[in-house]
Amino acid sequence: MSFLEMHGVVKRFGSLEVLRGLNLSVKEHDVVCLIGASGCGKSTLLRCINGLEPISGGEIQILGDRVSGAGVDVDRLRRDVGIVFQSFNLFPHMTVLENICLAPRQVLGLSKPEAEARAFDLLKRVQLEQKARSYPDQLSGGQQQRVAIARALAMQPMLMLLDEITSALDPELVAEVLDLVRELASEGMTMLLATHEMGFAKEVSSKVCFLYQGVVHEEGTPEQIFSAPKEPRTQAFLKSIIEAGRL
Amino acid sequence: MTDRSARFRAPSIPKSAMPISLAALLVSSLTTLFAWWVLWQLSLVLAGVTEENITKAVEKNLYWSEMSTRVLTLPIWAWLVLGVLAITPLWLFIPAIKSARAAARAKRFLVAEDLISARVATADSSNTAWFSIGYAIFMLLGFTGLWFVIAKDVAVGSTFFKLDLMVSKAGLVGQAFLTNVFIFMVAQAIILVWALVVALARMIPGAAGQPIRLLATLYTDAFRGLPSVITIYLIGFGLPLTGIPILGDLSPVWYAIIALSLTYGAYVAEVYRAGIESIHPSQMMAARSLGLNFFQTMRFVIVPQAVRRIIPPLLNDFIGLQKDTALVNVIGTIDAFNQARILASNNFNLSTVTIVAILFVLITIPQARLVDRLLESDARKTRGAK
Repeated sequence: MSFLEMHGVVKRFGSLEVLRGLNLSVKEHDVVCLIGASGCGKSTLLRCINGLEPISGGEIQILGDRVSGAGVDVDRLRRDVGIVFQSFNLFPHMTVLENICLAPRQVLGLSKPEAEARAFDLLKRVQLEQKARSYPDQLSGGQQQRVAIARALAMQPMLMLLDEITSALDPELVAEVLDLVRELASEGMTMLLATHEMGFAKEVSSKVCFLYQGVVHEEGTPEQIFSAPKEPRTQAFLKSIIEAGRL
Repeated sequence: MTDRSARFRAPSIPKSAMPISLAALLVSSLTTLFAWWVLWQLSLVLAGVTEENITKAVEKNLYWSEMSTRVLTLPIWAWLVLGVLAITPLWLFIPAIKSARAAARAKRFLVAEDLISARVATADSSNTAWFSIGYAIFMLLGFTGLWFVIAKDVAVGSTFFKLDLMVSKAGLVGQAFLTNVFIFMVAQAIILVWALVVALARMIPGAAGQPIRLLATLYTDAFRGLPSVITIYLIGFGLPLTGIPILGDLSPVWYAIIALSLTYGAYVAEVYRAGIESIHPSQMMAARSLGLNFFQTMRFVIVPQAVRRIIPPLLNDFIGLQKDTALVNVIGTIDAFNQARILASNNFNLSTVTIVAILFVLITIPQARLVDRLLESDARKTRGAK
């Protein structure tokens, strides 16, 4: 059964049309990678799904329920759809533990001990237990991003959106974050990720979508897209990636 | 040979620091002489010598003998004060002499063709020379001020700093100052909450929030534009005339608190708003993406960060508010300024008002230091070593 359905989604910023009638379907336990040149609408697409950007046309459904347009409880929607950003966006005035506990306590109404127990489980998972009382500025980029992932997971979302989560990291820190995503994928977390890590996309995804001019230009299994792309645009994009030594 | 290596082979000989060192010595000497001259005048004043006495003594050609006998009768404490003040300018000679010695050392190094040591010594010399000159200017200004106070038979001193009057009335003025303190403490507590409400009202999102935004904007525009003295006047005299229950029969102190809270609430609301807007939108996005609603996001994520940033401008506005408590005398509240004015006109002397001036300055200094301390410790906490 289809988990997430996007039908003819349009997103305009003023006169700039970023998404132009985009269709996408994600099944449960799918890991869908969005690839494409900068500015092709990957980030915008992810932000539209959890309502951070209202869409200008079309429809988005999760489990058959319409989650776009008027009358949708976006706060309710966002409990179930976690997002991790390129620039971490941790709250700098809170410790790691407080960052993770904030939403479970305020939104889900967990008690402090419950929230902290959940947070420590997640910190153990991302191997940052000893940093629970540190502030974000005292952590490396990779550590911050792992905390951001833990913070999103603390809401126990059904769907995770990862928006180029390794793009702001130094090369040697990328692996620790990707390992974590790999682990989530193997546990069956439904994920939609925008990425420039083609090798990783090839390895972890069940479906790869190449975005071009605001629509899914070509989609298929990673083998299909990376080894035998049909569309000339996809071929050109992959060629430029290979030339840059990124695949 | 390239030009580049030629540049490095050409010796860059440091300019001698001797002139600036000598200037430092000269300035230090002049300052000391001036200071001693002022202190001589001071000792005459302390010995009760008037200008008239001096003119007479000069006429009799007995200036030095008469004056020195008068000065010698000064009590021990006066000698101690004069002695300490006389020594202070001598400290200037320590860096000045150091500078001259470093300049001499630089010269020797130059003769020995040790360019690097010469440069170090020259830099040392000119730094200490400027240090000495800087403090000499500081002391010159200080002693000029002292001279200004005691000149013309202590004309300035007795107008503004009549010690016996100040001591005897300090209690009364200090007590009245508690009214100022009460007004600004209560007003500050009210403003901290009220201004945040106004700031959030101005930023409330959505079409439904429009009337609230409009209302908040009208309020800030109106009360930021109104001079606070007029607000105090209108509220302090106007509300009692209306006879409105509760609001109509408060004491003047409470009218002052209301008026100042309204005025400074508008200022502080803008400070809050600037602080909130300075937090990067990605913080709002991150919080909302976790399912927190607008007010939860403000309460837990945006405002706590904004408050840290606005503490310095907030203190500015609060100091402004504290000073404006002196305006409440227009509605007849007996605050420190009003009390001091009454005492001043009874005694034909402004020294009681000086007490108020000193009190206002004194209360702001610890606040400024406290804010510095707060910001420092917060920075240390969240941005410490890894």
